[in-house]
Amino acid sequence: MALKAITANRLRDGAVVWLGQKGDWVERIDAAATYDEAGAAAALAQAQQDEARNLVVAIYTLDVEILDGAPSPLRTKERIRALGPSVRADVGKQADPIARAAA
Amino acid sequence: MPLIENGRAVADRWVSLADDAALPAEGGVIVSFARWQAERDALLARSAPLGVRLPSTVSAGAVAPDLERFALVVVEFPKFRDGRGFTTARELRERWGYTGEIRAVGNIIADQYPLLVRCGVSTVEVPDGTDVETWARTLNTVTIAYQASVGEDEPLALLRRRVAAA
Amino acid sequence: MTYVHPRNHAGIYHYDELDRQFVRERVEQFRFQVERRLKGELSEDEFKPLRLMNGLYLQLHAYMLRIAIPYGTLASHQLRGLSEIARRYDKGYGHFTTRQNLQLNWIKLEDTPDILGKLAEIDMHAIQTSGNCVRNVTTDQFAGAAPDEVVDPRVYAEILRQWTTIHPEFTFLPRKFKIAISASGEADRAAVRVHDIGLVVKKNAEGETGFEVYVGGGLGRTPFIAPKTRGWLPEEDLIAYIEAVLRVYNQAGRRDNAFKARIKILVHETKLDKFIALVEDEFARIRGPKFRLDSAIVEAIRSHFAPPPFEELPPASDLAVRRRADDAAFDAWVRTNVRDHKAPGHASVTISLKPAGGVPGDISSEQMDAVADLADRHSFGEIRVTHEQNLVLAHVKQDDLYALWQALSAVGLATANAGLIGDIIACPGLDYCSLANARSIPIAQALSERFADPAKQAEIGDLKIKISGCINACGHHHVGAIGILGVDKKGEEFYQITVGGNAELDASIGDILGPALTADEAVDAVERIVDRYLERRQPGERFLATLARLGQAPFKETAYAAD
Repeated sequence: MALKAITANRLRDGAVVWLGQKGDWVERIDAAATYDEAGAAAALAQAQQDEARNLVVAIYTLDVEILDGAPSPLRTKERIRALGPSVRADVGKQADPIARAAA
Repeated sequence: MPLIENGRAVADRWVSLADDAALPAEGGVIVSFARWQAERDALLARSAPLGVRLPSTVSAGAVAPDLERFALVVVEFPKFRDGRGFTTARELRERWGYTGEIRAVGNIIADQYPLLVRCGVSTVEVPDGTDVETWARTLNTVTIAYQASVGEDEPLALLRRRVAAA
Repeated sequence: MTYVHPRNHAGIYHYDELDRQFVRERVEQFRFQVERRLKGELSEDEFKPLRLMNGLYLQLHAYMLRIAIPYGTLASHQLRGLSEIARRYDKGYGHFTTRQNLQLNWIKLEDTPDILGKLAEIDMHAIQTSGNCVRNVTTDQFAGAAPDEVVDPRVYAEILRQWTTIHPEFTFLPRKFKIAISASGEADRAAVRVHDIGLVVKKNAEGETGFEVYVGGGLGRTPFIAPKTRGWLPEEDLIAYIEAVLRVYNQAGRRDNAFKARIKILVHETKLDKFIALVEDEFARIRGPKFRLDSAIVEAIRSHFAPPPFEELPPASDLAVRRRADDAAFDAWVRTNVRDHKAPGHASVTISLKPAGGVPGDISSEQMDAVADLADRHSFGEIRVTHEQNLVLAHVKQDDLYALWQALSAVGLATANAGLIGDIIACPGLDYCSLANARSIPIAQALSERFADPAKQAEIGDLKIKISGCINACGHHHVGAIGILGVDKKGEEFYQITVGGNAELDASIGDILGPALTADEAVDAVERIVDRYLERRQPGERFLATLARLGQAPFKETAYAAD
């Protein structure tokens, strides 16, 4: 069973975010918390309160693996969300200096 | 539930009757379109005012022959994204010449209010706790229209016109 | 004589105070809606259609704002304004779409009311570029310039733009609704038969203007070529007839299944004869003073699109002829990207946004500014956006072509491939779009590089490749001579190839060639299909004709040939 992370878009600016270790929303997938199947369901339910609080929209879980010690999405779509468009390296999260947010 | 007319909360003098509720001896009642069809004679035997509630699947034409019997036609919006009621209201006015009250009920958001009014709706039923001020504001935010509203029957002279302020 | 700056002749609809008041009020309406959303007074479910009707999507990386470019016509100051908005609120670039609109990909919700305010300052908006309402009315990018034009279609596109803007009855339709207008006597450059309503402007024997009407075309999951519902609709009845179609659709269109909610499904399920009868019945009833399109209105709108003051010139420019003889690259560009103009000595120029290896339809703010300057210098300050995701300077003096070409070359906008195989339509695909199943842009990039050689492109001739990243078909793959559809197979990107599509008046939907391929396989397969065509075609025969003559088999065989 694949490892899971939880993602959403922040309401006020649409930025792609993942649920972090402290239940906060982080802008880089490196800092995302990961869960097993059961843990993901519980964390998702908890995270959905942030949708009700109008902080984020479109919350869902995604499959990840750990690469070089950090979560990495399995599917192309989620990789593109985590990095930015594959056709322009100068925009999106991939263009920012690699600042691994403190977990 | 609160009722809004011309951007203000107004009292509702109508009783909306469930299909299995007994018909009261007196007072204005609103019945479903199904009950109207089933109990037409009994309903017409009363002297009190009568209203009919149209589900979104029933168009204005279905009640057109009987419109003079209704002091109120209720148009249901099952979801706010279901826009059939706009056509129903407009047809009641423009095609069938209905002059009584048209009431929109169901899932409606404040931002639809000006459009409903322009289609000939008189009153909107809103959930308890609704901020009527929001509805009043949405009604008067956009004052220019590019089409005639219901009630503006003069020949088209310009595409644009000002919307009558409530 | 008063000096009039050339840009004031731009064939756009010039707002007056009422139009400006309207867009300003609309901005304030949206500002209030955003406020209520951020405070939680509107749920996402309630807010979504409201933001969509102001062009705002939530996409893969951020919000995306789709700005309306009515019938694809812009004045230079507007393009500069868009460039400035892209710089200030986005990442300094934008993407022109097959609906002649501009998309910005990195927008913040909280900035959007201010962005719409900036648009209002340049007489623009993003109204109804999404949502289940009537969308931007599109038309021929050569309107007002093409020698084969019957009547300027922008006049009717503008009338319909106004009439459908916040239409009180038709703002919550079962699904989106797209109208396209063509006014060429010979060609269809607006793909009218793949629209919900397609109008072809005509003149009858008495010299009166009217329309041929097609209803129920569309691409997407269930593609249909629109059938004709009326051979002749008098000009004065345009609004009444459109009202009638929309009313029948609003009442009877399916609302139980979003995939079956477009008017094409209603026309198909109702059967054409019955559908026409319903529309005619409604039309006959509402046809009258309230909906009559008075000729005075038409003339008032037409005055906005008056021809600019063309210089009287000889039919051909000696200078341009000499330059073509001297400069092969210029000559190649003229052959592909320059077309005849109704005014002698003038020409219409297509600015290709399809450089080899580039992102189809993308343009930087710097390029927007450069095009705006060149439009001021050479084309009465007017720019067109095409549904093929290119730009057009419609009214260029042939004497100026060489200077224009040099200036375009300097900013990377002189690719000589308009209408050729490198001029690929592609939706943003999975690189930007949350609906996509697969990426479109990398396929377009690989193919445009594969066919980059201008001589090879010229040899291949008219062969349109169109790529969509999902079945919604924003990249029009169904009507590509070669269409490519991205599909998802267990999280992997695959591509299905269709052949034989065509979006012109004899429109056709392409047929699927066989099983879906990986990206690399699909690119190779397209190249082999093209090579097979070159081997087997008869002199002067275009791809669609060769395909019709030989059938699919030889192309399928080569597409799936093992290496």
